[in-house]
Amino acid sequence: MKLITAIIKPFKLDEVKATLEHAGVTGITVSEASGYGRQRGHTEVYRGAEYRIDLVPKVRLELVVRDEVVDDVIDRIVEAAHTDRIGDGKIWVTSLDDVIRVRTGERGIDAI
Amino acid sequence: MPQTFSGDTAWVLASTALVLLMTPGLAFFYGGMVRAKSVINMMLMSMSAIGIVTVLWVAYGYSLAFTDSGSKWIGKIAPSHLGSLVNDLANNGAKLAIPVLVFSAFQLMFAVITPALISGSIADRTKFVSWVVFVAIWVTVVYFPVAHWVFYFGNASADGKTITGAGWLAGLGVEDFAGGTAVHINAGAAALAMALLLGRRVGFRKEPMRPHSIPLVMIGAGLLWFGWFGFNAGSALSANGLAGLAFMNTQVATAAALAGWLIVERLRDGHATGLGAASGAVAGLVAITPACAFVTPTGSVFIGLIAGAICAYAVGLKYRFNFDDSLDVVGVHLVGGIVGTLSIGFFGAKAVNSVGLNGLFYGGDLTLLRLQATGAFAVLAFSFVMTLIIGKLIDLTLGLRIDRDAEVEGIDSTEHAETAYELDTRTGGGIFASASSKEA
Amino acid sequence: MTVNSGDTAWVIMSGALVLLMTPGLALFYGGMVRAKSVINMMLMSLISITVVSVLWALFGYSLAFGHGSQWLGPLHLGGLGDLVRTLTDNGGTQPVPALAFAMFQLTFAIVTVALVSGAIADRARFAAWTVFAALWCTIVYLPVAHWVFDLGQVTAGRVTGEGVLAAHGLLDFAGGTAVEVNAGIAGLALAIVLGPRVGFRREPMRPHSIPLVVIGVGLLWFGWFGFNAGSALGANGLAAVVLLNTQLAGAAGIGGWLLVERWRDGRPTGLGAASGAVAGLVAITPACGYITPTASLAVGAVAGVLSAFAIGLKYRFAVDDSLDLVGVHFVGGVWGTLAIGLFATRVVNPAGGDGLFHGGGTGLLGHQAVGVLAVLAYSFVATTLIARLIDRTIGFRIPRDAEVEGVDFTEHAETAYELDTRTGSGSFLAGHHTPGGRA
Repeated sequence: MKLITAIIKPFKLDEVKATLEHAGVTGITVSEASGYGRQRGHTEVYRGAEYRIDLVPKVRLELVVRDEVVDDVIDRIVEAAHTDRIGDGKIWVTSLDDVIRVRTGERGIDAI
Repeated sequence: MPQTFSGDTAWVLASTALVLLMTPGLAFFYGGMVRAKSVINMMLMSMSAIGIVTVLWVAYGYSLAFTDSGSKWIGKIAPSHLGSLVNDLANNGAKLAIPVLVFSAFQLMFAVITPALISGSIADRTKFVSWVVFVAIWVTVVYFPVAHWVFYFGNASADGKTITGAGWLAGLGVEDFAGGTAVHINAGAAALAMALLLGRRVGFRKEPMRPHSIPLVMIGAGLLWFGWFGFNAGSALSANGLAGLAFMNTQVATAAALAGWLIVERLRDGHATGLGAASGAVAGLVAITPACAFVTPTGSVFIGLIAGAICAYAVGLKYRFNFDDSLDVVGVHLVGGIVGTLSIGFFGAKAVNSVGLNGLFYGGDLTLLRLQATGAFAVLAFSFVMTLIIGKLIDLTLGLRIDRDAEVEGIDSTEHAETAYELDTRTGGGIFASASSKEA
Repeated sequence: MTVNSGDTAWVIMSGALVLLMTPGLALFYGGMVRAKSVINMMLMSLISITVVSVLWALFGYSLAFGHGSQWLGPLHLGGLGDLVRTLTDNGGTQPVPALAFAMFQLTFAIVTVALVSGAIADRARFAAWTVFAALWCTIVYLPVAHWVFDLGQVTAGRVTGEGVLAAHGLLDFAGGTAVEVNAGIAGLALAIVLGPRVGFRREPMRPHSIPLVVIGVGLLWFGWFGFNAGSALGANGLAAVVLLNTQLAGAAGIGGWLLVERWRDGRPTGLGAASGAVAGLVAITPACGYITPTASLAVGAVAGVLSAFAIGLKYRFAVDDSLDLVGVHFVGGVWGTLAIGLFATRVVNPAGGDGLFHGGGTGLLGHQAVGVLAVLAYSFVATTLIARLIDRTIGFRIPRDAEVEGVDFTEHAETAYELDTRTGSGSFLAGHHTPGGRA
């Protein structure tokens, strides 16, 4: 079991969500996040004052999947979230010890 | 009771409500421009001005500003006694056909918004109690006398033939229809003094201080624009052709200033912005305020365009000279007020208002421009110096500024124990502490 | 004739009220788009105020309200300064200063142009919209306003120089054709030329702030009293009946729309209530000075029902009329204008007519239908030509990437909201006058 965490551009969420549904992913958790990577934000102008905004809005996606679909899911997220411009985001994968479904108490693979 | 004109009275009453609405409008306009951690304080500075000035007006403000004491510097230093005036008609340079209480309420709203305008230069960092004290002293020592100089045209005798006791600048013939000097230059110069006294916000010219809500700024700009029709066209104190002229001029100058500001942004920064549009509109409204009943609609287009463009540059002065006039009261109100007041010297047209003089572009000589410059400079200098003195006194006694930690944390929570927004839809964010003021 | 201060007071007040409708519309529209394009949406309304006001002062008022040809007023360049001491002369001299009337009518021109922007949310180049606003106002609004609103001059008891539709017998009290049908169908034409938004009919495009929509509709409703009752051009009995009719139709519009939602979707919605109010107000606009308060309830309720259904058409025909110009303004405007042919009665307004339900036969209904068709056809064709011309020359639409990222940032370098109270989210680069200048 793996936890896949992806930080993507907010406007790419719908495309990513659609492609994950095709891949048979049954649930994801989405939260709003802000941050910066190599892009170092963008520039905005208010009454002629230029500001560099480092912490730009991002979306953080978390999903728990079985080991054998990890690569497929990652490929799909990369393809859907890709704009070829700086600031497209990051994906990382974490191994999980256990997963529990709150309603039934099922554990492990059954709970995914 | 003497004869009133119901139509004129209806218009001045409606205008009074319109001008009052400008102060909540200003609260939104300013509130949207600050960061989310100080929006309540920003709005409260405007709202508290309504409370303070209204009480002082009824107590003595009306008397100081609009009665004949024989002096051109100030009215009678005495209680207003508004209750005793219920059956009188307004008398300001002529017998007017509206009740004096209607006139008094209308002028009150000008006195309310002028100190509220100042609050824009001291955003995020001013002790609320010091602001309250400042407003009370400032309207008394600065606004009421200046309003007397500019807006008091004297006491007309029963037959209307002799007029006595006109204010200093009104008597000189300075043309200021609705307050380019008494309201905008006055507030702008005071704002500059206060910004200098208070010093810069933590992070000025280092951190981005983005407006937290452009839609809130737009709500404010819309209400200000709407209310300004009462401010300018209501200053005709009558529903007639002069009011129609002031009304049309207000609209076209504002529109042109919005364009002027956006054109500058487009050429200089590459983008026309929403904040720029709202700011340009206000710059145009400010500039046309003194001029609206002395110039033609075509003249107003030029006044607006010039004011919008100049103010779009003027808001950059604070970065060059390193003073934190946070919401550009100097760049918009002082500069816009000066542009508008002087513009009458160029665009004044006797053809549209026989009371006025011709400006340079309409066959007049330098007389009018000199008068206008005198008025602008007199109000600027008086307001700046007096505000410095008042502000310094408060700083030495109560202290003007909140401490650094409180400012960084956010003035809303430290001065008012509130936060402006709770947009989280989850439950369970905390526990209820107590319903009344009893100790937790 | 001398100035009547009461009538003048009401017309000036109404001018201020109607002007407020455009910022109100900016908030109404702004709340309905996504958070990434709210500034652009509001700016399209604001820049309409600017463009139309300047054109109006220079030549617009003359083209729309100068008497002369049935088709278009004379072109007097050079501003309104000459009108300072004259009274309104539109269908007979009225005791209101001409500049007060000119200002009042200016606010109609502004809001009509601004309305059109709702059809092209999220995807128009700001410069292209600005050019469009100037051309559309000049080529479409000013002539149409002349046809409908210019009631001619009265010399020796005879009316001459009326606009063509007014002369033909069209009754349109405050702009069902010249404003609502005109803007509605222009919105359709513009939406067709620009094409649908990226993700239209696939992604949810939820309104980002219903409270903003409700603030907007509140200001619109408030301002609409000036729009309709101010069109009486006097503070009199007609203005009173118009005021009441406007209120009733707006309220009934909400009722009609919410009933449809309840019946069709199971739940009445906040956005539905706001939209229903606008639908009712749109429909009563042409009719408010000719029908009874009871009829106004019917006009408003039917408008709410019709519009609640009509807004679904854009999905069926795949035309992205983003904020429902057709569904609300066009449909409401057509219904309201035709309703005069049914409900009008001379008991309310002797200068009006009698509709089908008041023994007037179908004659009036025919005049109304001709008026609707004329404005519809002219506006649709002319708007299509203007929009195509702009698209061919400077390009009307922003690039796909910019649209997906959000028009606020790409066109205006701003974001609408920053509700985060943390510091340290970035840095100050330059005030444009700082030594060293821009980075």
